[in-house]
Amino acid sequence: MRLVAENAPEAAAADFTSRAADTNGSGTEPADVFLSGSLRHSPGPYFGAYGGRWMPESLIAALDELEETFEKAKQDPEFVAEIAELNRNYSGRPSLLTEAKRFSQHAGGARVFLKREDLNHTGSHKINNVLGQALLAKRMGKTRIIAETGAGQHGVASATAAAFLGLECVVYMGAEDCRRQALNVARMQLLGATVVPVTNGSQTLKDAINDALRDWVANVQTTHYLLGTAAGAHPFPAMVRFFHEVIGDEARSQILEQTGRLPDAVCACIGGGSNAIGIFHGFLDDPDVELFGFEAGGSGVETGHHAATITLGRPGVLHGARSYLMQDEDGQTVESHSISAGLDYPGVGPEHSYLHDIGRVTYEPITDSEAMDAFSVLCRTEGIIPAIESSHALAGAIKVGKRLAEEGDASEKIIIVNLSGRGDKDVQTAADWFGMLDENGQVRGTTLSTRRPKGFAPNGDEGEENA
Amino acid sequence: MSAMEQAAEGTVEGHASKSAAAIDRAKAEGRAALVGYLPAGFPSVQESIDAAIELAHNGADIIEIGIPYSDPVMDGSVIQAATTEALASGFRVASVFDVVKAVTDATDAAVLVMTYWNPVMRMGVDEFARRLARAGGAGLITPDLIPDEASEWFEASDRYGLDRVFLVAPSTTPERMAMTVDATRGFTYAVSLMGVTGARAAVDESAQRVVAGAREAGAERVCVGLGVSNAEHVREIAAYADGVIVGTAIVSALRDGGPAAVGRLAAALSGGLAREGHPA
Repeated sequence: MRLVAENAPEAAAADFTSRAADTNGSGTEPADVFLSGSLRHSPGPYFGAYGGRWMPESLIAALDELEETFEKAKQDPEFVAEIAELNRNYSGRPSLLTEAKRFSQHAGGARVFLKREDLNHTGSHKINNVLGQALLAKRMGKTRIIAETGAGQHGVASATAAAFLGLECVVYMGAEDCRRQALNVARMQLLGATVVPVTNGSQTLKDAINDALRDWVANVQTTHYLLGTAAGAHPFPAMVRFFHEVIGDEARSQILEQTGRLPDAVCACIGGGSNAIGIFHGFLDDPDVELFGFEAGGSGVETGHHAATITLGRPGVLHGARSYLMQDEDGQTVESHSISAGLDYPGVGPEHSYLHDIGRVTYEPITDSEAMDAFSVLCRTEGIIPAIESSHALAGAIKVGKRLAEEGDASEKIIIVNLSGRGDKDVQTAADWFGMLDENGQVRGTTLSTRRPKGFAPNGDEGEENA
Repeated sequence: MSAMEQAAEGTVEGHASKSAAAIDRAKAEGRAALVGYLPAGFPSVQESIDAAIELAHNGADIIEIGIPYSDPVMDGSVIQAATTEALASGFRVASVFDVVKAVTDATDAAVLVMTYWNPVMRMGVDEFARRLARAGGAGLITPDLIPDEASEWFEASDRYGLDRVFLVAPSTTPERMAMTVDATRGFTYAVSLMGVTGARAAVDESAQRVVAGAREAGAERVCVGLGVSNAEHVREIAAYADGVIVGTAIVSALRDGGPAAVGRLAAALSGGLAREGHPA
C-alpha cells in the first residue's frame, strides 16, 4: 500500500499545516494529503470533507477559546513537560508492549503484541486525554468540567482528573448505561463527581452527549466540556488525538526495539475512535503498516442491531462534526447496539471517515460473539482480562493474523493490538454472556449452604437442588 | 415558483424576504412582530396545522414550524418531549412541507421552518429548499448551522429566494456578529441567554445587549427568543426588538389545551406587542 509520498514527515507536516491554515478562511478546500505528503498531525477543522463546526453559535466562542488555548499550550514547553510528567508519574506511562505468545496461536501463528493501555491509571487509554483537557480547563480559568460517558471509563477518568486537579465534575450517563455499569457509577461518586442519569432518547451515550452540550451552553463561562472521544466539533477531534498520540509514538518505538522492525498490521477498536486514532497516528506515514479499525457489529450488521458506523452509515452531522453516521432516510440518528457500552455510539470521529475514504485504514465490523470469543481466548491464554471494547480489536487481530498467515511464514508477521482497557468493569456482562450466572443473577457455584439464593424454600425440594 | 415571481416587498439582496415583510407590516402598525414556534406533527400533523393557524389568527406574524429531530441539543425538556412524541408517532420529515403549505394557504403569516441541519443534509440541501419554496415557505431557521459551514445553504437559499435566519448569542463576538448579520436574510435571531429553549421567570438582561450588538453590526431586523413565555416578557422585549419569539409556552399550551389554547395564548401575548404611544 503506497498512499503517501516519500517526503520527510517533519517537513511535510509543516507544509501540510501551512496549507490547512490557508484554507481555514474559506472552509471549502479539503486538505490534500497527496500534495502535502504526511497524514500525521492533521490540524482540523477539516479532514477532507469531514469535521468542521456544526454547532450552535452560542458555543462558538467557547470552541474558539479552547482552540486558541490548545494551540498555545501545544507550543508551550512547560505544558508539554507537565503532560509528560503526569503521564510518567501519575498514569504510569509508557504503557508496556507485551508479546502475547499463546494468544498468537489463535491468530494464525502471527506474532501479536499488546499495547497495554489497560495498565494505565483508571484502567484505560482515557486518562491520556482527560489529563490534557483538564489542564487546559485550568489554563482557561474554568472551575468545572462536564463529561459524557458510555461504559463509564471516560466518566471515571474525568472524575479522576477533576479530583486530582481540584475541579468540580459532573458526568452525564445514559440511564440504561448507569444500570449496565453500576460499579462505575459508584467509582465516579467515590471520586467526588456528580453522576446525572440521562433519561432522554435511547438513554445511552449519544443522549448523554446531548445533555452535556445543553449543560455546556448554559454554563460555558465556568465550565469546560471534557469530550471523551476524537469526535465532535473542532478542535476536539484534533485535540483528543493529540493527547492520545503518545500511544502510537510509544508503540512504534517499542516494536522497533523489541523486533527491529515495524509491524505488518495495527488493530484497534472503534466507537468514537479515540484509542484507534491515538495508535494509528504513530504509523500513518508508514505505508507498509496496514491499519485496521474494528467497529461494533452487534448481533451482526445484517440484523440492524449494531454500531458499525463506517461500514453501514453515510455522511451526516451529529454532535458538531460531519462524519459517517448511522441515520435513517430522514436524517434521524439510528440507535446503535453493542454488547460493549463504550462502542455503542452511532457516530465516529471525522478523521476516521477521512482515513476510510482515502483507503489508509480498513474498517470492519466484529460481532458481539466474535468479540466475546476473543475476550475468552485472551483471558485463558495470557492471563489478561480485556475490556469488551478492546476484545473487538483482539477478534480483528485473530482474523488479520489468519489472513497474514496465508501470505507466507506466519511467525514472520507482526501485529500490534491496542488493548485499550481492562475488563474488570465487564465481569458481570461476561459472566452473563458465558452462562456463569444462575437464575438469580448469582455466579454459579457460589451459593453454598450458608448463603441461600433468593427464593430459597427451606422446606421444599426445589430449594434443596440449589444448595 | 421562481425567485423573480416571489419578488414583492421587503426585498433584500434582490430577493423578497417574506419574514422581513411580515416584520415591516407590524412595524408599520407601530408594534413589534410576534413569532410563534410549534413542532410539526405534535400531537399529530393535522393538530399541528390547526394550532399554527390558530396562532396566526390570534396575532402571530411569523410562524416557525419545527422539524422533530432525534438529537435536539438546543431544546429544553418541553420541546424535547413534544418532538420525541411526534417521532414516536411516526412523523416523517417530508410532512413538514404539508404543514407549511396548509398554514401558508390558510393565513397571512410568513412560515419559516426551524430545523437542525442533518435532516436537511440528508434530503439534500437543494432538494429541501426547492420543496420548501414550492410549499410557500419563507425560509429556514438553523440552530446548529453557522454561516461558516453554510455554503451549500447560501447557494440554495439564493436560488429559491428563501430567508436564512441565523442565530446570534450573548457570547457572539463583534467580528462574528458582523459576519452573521451579513449572512442573514429575513431577520437576525437573537438568543436572549446562554442556554436551551424553555420558559423562564424573567427575560435575561443580556437580550438587550445582543440586540444592540446586532444593530451595531448593521442588522435591520432583530427578533429575540429563548425564555420568553408571557405578555409581560413580550412587552419588555417589544420595547427594543423588532420581534418577539415564543416557543415553549406555546408548545405547553398545545399539549395541555389543544389548538384552542394556543389561540388564547397568542391573543394574550400579542397584547404585549404595542410600543409605548402606539395602540396595538
